[in-house]
Formats: sequence, C-alpha cells, structure tokens
Amino acid sequence: MIFLRLILVNLLRHKIRTFISIAGIAFSVAAMITVVTVLQGAVGMFSSILSSGSEMIVFERNVSDLFFSDVPQAAKNSIATWPMVSHADAVLFGVVSSADHPIITCFGVTAEDARIRNATWVSGNADPFANGGNLVVLGERAAEFLGASTGMDVPIGHGTFHVIGVIRTRNGFEDGGVFMPLEAAQKFFHKEGSSVITIKLHNKEDAPAFKAQVHTQFPNLIALEDAEFSRSYSQFKILKATAWAVGGCGLALGGLGVANTMIMSVFTRIREIAILRVNGFANGQIAATIFGESAIVAITGALAGLALGAIALYALKEVPALHGYVDVTIHPALMLIVVLLALLTGLAGALYPAAYAMRIKPVEALRFE
Amino acid sequence: MTMPPQSDQVPVVIRASRLWKSYDEGTISVLNGVDLEAHKGEAIALCGPSGCGKSTLLHLIGGLDKPTRGKVLVNDKELGRDRDMVHFMRHEVGFVFQLHNLIPDLTMEENCLLPAVAAGTPNAAALSRLQELAERTGLRHRLKHRIQKLSGGERQRTAICRALMNRPGILLADEPTGSLDEETSSTVFNLLLDLAHTESVTLLMATHDRSLAAACDRVLEMHDGRIRTDC
Repeated sequence: MIFLRLILVNLLRHKIRTFISIAGIAFSVAAMITVVTVLQGAVGMFSSILSSGSEMIVFERNVSDLFFSDVPQAAKNSIATWPMVSHADAVLFGVVSSADHPIITCFGVTAEDARIRNATWVSGNADPFANGGNLVVLGERAAEFLGASTGMDVPIGHGTFHVIGVIRTRNGFEDGGVFMPLEAAQKFFHKEGSSVITIKLHNKEDAPAFKAQVHTQFPNLIALEDAEFSRSYSQFKILKATAWAVGGCGLALGGLGVANTMIMSVFTRIREIAILRVNGFANGQIAATIFGESAIVAITGALAGLALGAIALYALKEVPALHGYVDVTIHPALMLIVVLLALLTGLAGALYPAAYAMRIKPVEALRFE
Repeated sequence: MTMPPQSDQVPVVIRASRLWKSYDEGTISVLNGVDLEAHKGEAIALCGPSGCGKSTLLHLIGGLDKPTRGKVLVNDKELGRDRDMVHFMRHEVGFVFQLHNLIPDLTMEENCLLPAVAAGTPNAAALSRLQELAERTGLRHRLKHRIQKLSGGERQRTAICRALMNRPGILLADEPTGSLDEETSSTVFNLLLDLAHTESVTLLMATHDRSLAAACDRVLEMHDGRIRTDC
C-alpha cells in the first residue's frame, strides 16, 4: 500500500506534468484506435461487398488490384455448372466520375445478384434491371450527392444513364456506388468478362475441392474463401499496415512524452530516491517505483484514449460525407492490443529514468542537496 | 586502535581497520587510516571540527560509501565483500541525519514504515513495531500527520523511529541535533540514547555538542581524518 502511495504521491505532486503525460498517451491511443478502426471498417466493408451472399471469390491470379482483374465470361459460365456450386455471380468493378465527384465506384452486376435481389428500395424496384440497357440503380448516398432520383437521367462518365431506383445499404461503398447491369458495365468499361465471380457452394466443406478444380481448369484464376481473401489481399494488407504505422508513430510520440516525464520525475527527486536507498530499498524496488509511475500514466492514458477514440468514431459516423463508411465497433482484441502497446511504450519510456535512478549514490545525493 | 573502556566481554559489532578515504584521485584526503572498534550496545560520540571526517566515517561504516583503502567489519563480516549490502542496509543499520531526510508528502506513519516496506515485513508486525516506537517517542498522536505539519523536533524523532523500525544492531547518527534548538536537542538526544540502550543498539553519533557527547559511553576526537583521542 505504501509502495503504491510512493508512486501516486509523486504523480500527484506534479499534477500538470502528469496530466500532460496522460494526455499525450490518450491522444496517441485515440489516434491509433480511430485510424485502425476506420481503416479496418473500410476493409471490412470492401470485404462484405465481395462476400455479399457468397462464400468464395474467384479472380485473376497475380493482379495487384481487383479493378485490374479480368475473369472471362466463359469461366463464369463453366463454373456455374459445376455440381458443387449453388450460385455464381459475375461482378465487374469500375470507377466512374461525374461532374463534382471524380471517383464513384461502379458495380456491374446481374439482376440475380444479392445486392439487387435483397436490396432495401428507397424508390423504384428491380424489375427493369433484368432488361439491361443504359440504366442504373443508385446507392442512397450516391443519389444524394448526384442530386438524382428515380426516373431521372444522370450523366456518369461519358454516358447518360436512366435511374430506375435508389437502394439503401449499410455498406458505405455500396451506398455511395452505382449499380449497372453487367452487360452495360462491360460495354462502358470495355471489358468482356468481369472482375470477380462470387460463389455460393451447396456445401462449405467443398471449398478445398472447388479451389483445386479452379486451379486445374483455369490456371490463370484463383479461388479464395472470403476470410482467406481478406487476409491475403495486398491492398488490405497495405491499408492495415498503414493504419498500424500511423497509430504506432502516434504511440511512439506518446512514449517520448512519458520518457520525458519520467526523466523529470527522477531528476527532481534524486534526494528522495537516496532516502529510499538508505532505508533499504533495493535497485529493483527503486526501479519498480519508476516503472509503476509510468505504468499508471500509460494505462490511465490508454483508457482515456479508448474513450476519446470511441467519441471520435461516433462523431465521424455522424459526418454526412462519411455515412456508411465508418464502423464504430472497436474490437475487444484491438482495445487489448492498444492498451498493451501503450503500457509497453510507457515502460520503455521509463527504462532510462529507472536505470538512472538505480545509479544514484545516496551519499552524494544526501550530501549536496 | 581504540578500545571500549567498559567491557572486553561484550562482543565487537563494528571493527574498522586502517580506513582511508580520498576523493579526486587522492588529491583530497578525508580519512587517513582510522581504526575503530564498537561493542554491542555501546554509545560512541564522534567529535571534531567540521571537515575532520566524522560524516565520512559514518558513511563508510553504514555502507553508503566505500573506503579507498582499509575495511569495515560488522559482526566479523567485511562490508562490500562478505555481506549482502541490501540486507545490511535493511536489517543491520539505521541512519539519522542532521536534516531529517523524511519524504514530505507522506505521513509520519508512512515514512516510518518505509524500511519495513523495503524489507517486506508483514504489515501487522510492522504496525505493531511502529506503535511501540511512536509510543516511546511520544508521537502516537502524530502518526497520520504529514511531515510538513510536524515541528523540527518531531521530525527528528520520526527519523529516529524510522531508523529503528527494523530493529537494527547499529544506529548511525550524523549531527542528529544539529538543526534543533538547545532544548529540543537535549530531548531528542536523550531519546536517542535511551532507545539505543534499551534496544541494545550500538550508537555512533557525530556531533559538535560536547555536553551531549559527554553523556555517551565513549567520546572519540577526530582531527585531520584520524582519531586522536579516546576518552
């Protein structure tokens, strides 16, 4: 108890300094939580686009981005007839632009696609979609920023399309996207095939056999289960690495703040540390008081950072332009990792101060102060 | 070599042999071959002018510093060689300084319990010992008070309590009354002497106050880093 008091007394003795240090860690943790959660949410949303109503995805082997993947129509037609396959949907991804919006994601899909079949229709309906032609279904947010509604013609890229309906989804990409009949999209993007084929199997346990058959019959294509794809897709990896790198830099800055605080803490109480030595405190016990201080700062900062991060995410969710893009769910594992990282950063920041404290010679400290 | 006048039967607790201490590569010489023996329960006053080496001698005996040459044996074991210094500091020696060297933000109770915390003494035993010491030093009513609230004499009595917390065999006091007025000095000194005797502690006290020194079992006069007389 007195050991804890020794730690707390020193933190409370310099309240402003302690507060600044905690704030440094808190902002770092909040930044990390926000960036990682937003990017993980974005990755999750993109994954959910791919996995909409399916379990597997087939795409061109060795492409750096799915936008560049080209899966022949013949492959789709063949795969759809395999006994283990319940359903196969060709999806073409493209990027289109309008006057004020240089990037709008475009989905070329068939009328049987789950996005169209299971959509919540704000206006219009799916019936005309099967007829094909220059028509589009708009995500609710896309309709909003394009200023379009059902029945209107909207200029997209170098063409004009008739809006047959507006759908509401929980996915930010889809909500801000444009859905075209597959043939229209192929024509628009000058492609004969599709970007991916999403696959639903009769039996999930057939996945290995399905992958093997794709590898045998279509060596230029690769089949991955949805979770497997999310883990291995290079774009996702880059996004996740970026998020952790940005968050890590923030945390490192917070750690430097803790190190600065702890150095000041040790320098301003050399005499007190000498007193502890004279009273029988071993090096380990002296170091424990220093590490204890930094651990309290780091954990308090981390908890405050989690709260700040959650507030920031809820605030971002309410920004109209980000509607549907921000997933405010902070995974418990992420919370644990961030708190542990903050703790490790705090302890690392206390290494030098602790080493310095252990070298203090009581006879000199008590004689000259 | 100085010898205790009162008894050859009582065991020697401290034996310092040919102690030298110098600083700045030998250019400043503080102790020049000090020999000293102190017996169990003996109270010894170290007198002498400022800079004669009293404090340095106490530091060497207490293990706070190392001699340039010579050795200190406590209960026949050499400091820095045969002894675990952490154990020595925790259990065998207590310090009282001129400036009380208490931690101002802690209470009197917490300051006194520091050696017990360091030694890992069970809480009940530590509190019982504290009650006993607080009773004897008349500080029981001050246990929960912060150090800033205590008078100079109370602070020094607190420092004595702390020094005796782990029942050390040796108590080293460096000008313990140097910052107190005459009346308080006398009170604190008598308390120190009384506690040392009743707990059979070997007391080495550096002091300028001849009248206080005279109350000790022996008085050692130091000059130029040597013990000149033993009376």
